Amino acid sequence: MSSGTGASVPTLGHENYLNVSYGVKSWLLTTDHKRIALLYLVSITLFFFLGGAFAVLIRLNLLTPQGDFVSAETYNKFFTMHGVVMIFFFLIPSIPAVLGNFLIPLMIGAKDLAFPRLNLASWYIFNLGGLFTLYSIIRGGVDTGWTFYTPYSSLYSNTHVVTTVVGIFITGFSTILTGLNFIVTIHTMRAPGMTWFRLPLFVWTHYATSLIMILGTPVVAITLALVAVERVFHLGIFNPALGGDPVLFQHLFWFYSHPAVYIMVLPAMGVTTELITTFARKKLFGYHLVAAASFGIAVIGFFVWAHHMFVAGVSPYAAMIFSILSYLVAIPSAVKVFNWMATLYKGSVSWATPMLYGLGFIGLFVMGGLTGLFLAALGLDVHVHDTYFVVAHFHYIMVGGAVMGYLGGLHYWWPKISGRLYPEALARFSAVVLFVGFNLTFFPQFILGYLGMPRRYHAYPPEFQVLNVLSTAGASILGIGYLLPMFYLIWSMRYGPVAGPNPWPATGLEWQTPSPPPPHNFDVTPVVSWEPYDFANRPDLKYPAPAPELGHFQPAAQD
Amino acid sequence: MAGRVDALFFFLLAVSLFISLLVLVLIIAFSIKYRRRAPNEIGAPIGGSIKLETFWMVVPLLLSMVMFGWGASLYMSMQHPPPQAMEIYVVGKQWMWKLQHPEGQMEINELHVPVGRDVKLTMTSEDVIHDFFVPAFRIKADVLPARYTTIWFRPTKAGRYHLFCSQYCGTNHAVMGGWVTVMEPAEFEAWLAGGPVEGSLAEAGERLFQQLACNNCHASSGKGRGPSLVGLYGSTVRLQGGQTVVADDDYLRESILNPRAKIVAGYGPDMPVFQGLVSEEQVLQLIAYIKSLAPPQAAPGQPGTAAESKRPAGEARKLP
Repeated sequence: MSSGTGASVPTLGHENYLNVSYGVKSWLLTTDHKRIALLYLVSITLFFFLGGAFAVLIRLNLLTPQGDFVSAETYNKFFTMHGVVMIFFFLIPSIPAVLGNFLIPLMIGAKDLAFPRLNLASWYIFNLGGLFTLYSIIRGGVDTGWTFYTPYSSLYSNTHVVTTVVGIFITGFSTILTGLNFIVTIHTMRAPGMTWFRLPLFVWTHYATSLIMILGTPVVAITLALVAVERVFHLGIFNPALGGDPVLFQHLFWFYSHPAVYIMVLPAMGVTTELITTFARKKLFGYHLVAAASFGIAVIGFFVWAHHMFVAGVSPYAAMIFSILSYLVAIPSAVKVFNWMATLYKGSVSWATPMLYGLGFIGLFVMGGLTGLFLAALGLDVHVHDTYFVVAHFHYIMVGGAVMGYLGGLHYWWPKISGRLYPEALARFSAVVLFVGFNLTFFPQFILGYLGMPRRYHAYPPEFQVLNVLSTAGASILGIGYLLPMFYLIWSMRYGPVAGPNPWPATGLEWQTPSPPPPHNFDVTPVVSWEPYDFANRPDLKYPAPAPELGHFQPAAQD
Repeated sequence: MAGRVDALFFFLLAVSLFISLLVLVLIIAFSIKYRRRAPNEIGAPIGGSIKLETFWMVVPLLLSMVMFGWGASLYMSMQHPPPQAMEIYVVGKQWMWKLQHPEGQMEINELHVPVGRDVKLTMTSEDVIHDFFVPAFRIKADVLPARYTTIWFRPTKAGRYHLFCSQYCGTNHAVMGGWVTVMEPAEFEAWLAGGPVEGSLAEAGERLFQQLACNNCHASSGKGRGPSLVGLYGSTVRLQGGQTVVADDDYLRESILNPRAKIVAGYGPDMPVFQGLVSEEQVLQLIAYIKSLAPPQAAPGQPGTAAESKRPAGEARKLP
């Protein structure tokens, strides 16, 4: 096979999904999973920077103990909208809807997803939900916290709760449809020879994620619909004065929203597995166990929800069961981490940008995971619950984990998506900036939490100021770390060196087709006869000489 | 308790630091030792090792079970206030804390307690969910509408400690807090004696009991239209339909506000609904009064935990 040797020949002249047709209509009516992935990329990037803007405002307000930047009312809206936008409109769709959409058909050797039109419909549904939420924000926002706890959300808040939850409700359908599409595609459209245990781990984690999407999302949709119903029609569902139970909401909400964390982090684990194997040029250590661990996480993840409620007056015996299950769900995560480490052992480790993100993911995920053990310990959770300790913990998982995975994946597959390479030195620099900025932002919050600073506080006692200022300083560095890739990735689409089909080179099927791929992905349906990540038996995979790490790429010969 | 929580915290911190450092050192060591020296160099063909993988499944599992057990035993002792704890009633509302001492003192956003005594808080909310959090004591519990939750602590050092609301409750959530002042016992006695108080909580409840004409039906002889309340608290009540219920705080609250929810066997659904007619503080006063109605021969009781539900009726608890 000649793949991987094409960098000296400019490859962008071939017909590919980007140049096959032009014009707005060709994008808005496309059913090509690769174009839809890019549509999602645009949507969620906009939402990411919107959510990020709220984060900036939050951090600015917390510079002073009195919180004199904005009023308490405004601050409460800021953190609510930061959470709503980031979770429902960025993190949940991020890796699955962009990278998963783009890569799953390519990785299994298929022409497209099983339901291409449904895939386009998902994107429209996503944006429709997003518009409702944007409308709520423009009309004055919502102040319930992204968790919408009753009876505050259903009876007391005077903000735009209903339009916001309608937006989330609608967006949920896009998640469900994407999950459905992935599952059917993975079952029915694998290329000849692509057996289950030849699937890249990225596909396995997306399968596990899709299960959560299908089984969990309807529950949060119904729950939020009940909040809207109670608000509008004054039914006694969560309102204790009418015989309802406000804590019931928390059970229903976390039944989805805890597994939702795995929707965010499982795909990032999939990305990390691809990064570690490619840049250690080595088989994954314990493929079967890592694949099984994804399902362990997805299944046990459904039975840990009440660990968000250890101080909510639940039965102490129920709390003990949820505590023990929370520890059990940590085991598959630990297994993954140790298997990644073992994969590095006697590997051929490159420090290319995606690998920096992959290693960064492991480090931050380990810290996020270990602090989860603090929160699962019942007697200790009582102290740190609802403090900045929790805020720091879930940002380590969701930002340090999921977003690092997303950016690592975006860099890794960028040559496949755009056909071009980004500037390597700048990319490595920004990965380091991001890592440093992230830790400086969120590590002080662990200490703040242990010292007792509650979350969602517009103002705070003066003794907490130093750590808050540190956190805000870190956030400004973190912000640069996010802006840089946006600029150089866009720049590289036009000016980056031509990448060739397999610049790293990696074993996945997606690298066996030109970059960017042709509209139907493969000119000839590939036949798979090798194990995943089996570099030892793939002498055909060679770096395009000279190696990209040495930075000797020829500039693109043509546009 | 704070010391026990911190011990667990530092145990977890030590384990976490060890694992984080191990991961960090291994990542750096492997990345340097096995760095790619030639562009097409490949890694050793190692596919896995059942032994190793079992090892790093079992060791974290065992370690995490230690954490679980430690955390759970701590939690259980937090859930069960010692008998004879002094009982403070707390009502949270947007955005203040109202506290009542058994002796009758009322406080807002302040709580005065003596050093060295167990203090049990019985808490409810008038509106949304709040959370009573004193970081220095390592205690926290949600405060729910229409329900009582309890926590307890034993202050060991005089001083002033932050009280926070830690469950988001609306606009002024961040300023819904105050101070817990821990005083030397003698000082505390002086403080108790200092304030203008119209009798104890139970006495306030008794006055209310008469004002609301509860005594017309709930005669202590047991011959009224309603059951006698003497010795009721903590006893097992037989309901219409044969079920039984332990007469705890939640049951009394429900029976005052919404009496038709559970009808005592042998009585009719005659009692009017007091929902909206009495405040949460008044309900707590009434409960304090009912608690004080111990029959003359009663022995000192145990605190109202679920475990004592089999105690014979009539053995009521005395106010601390």
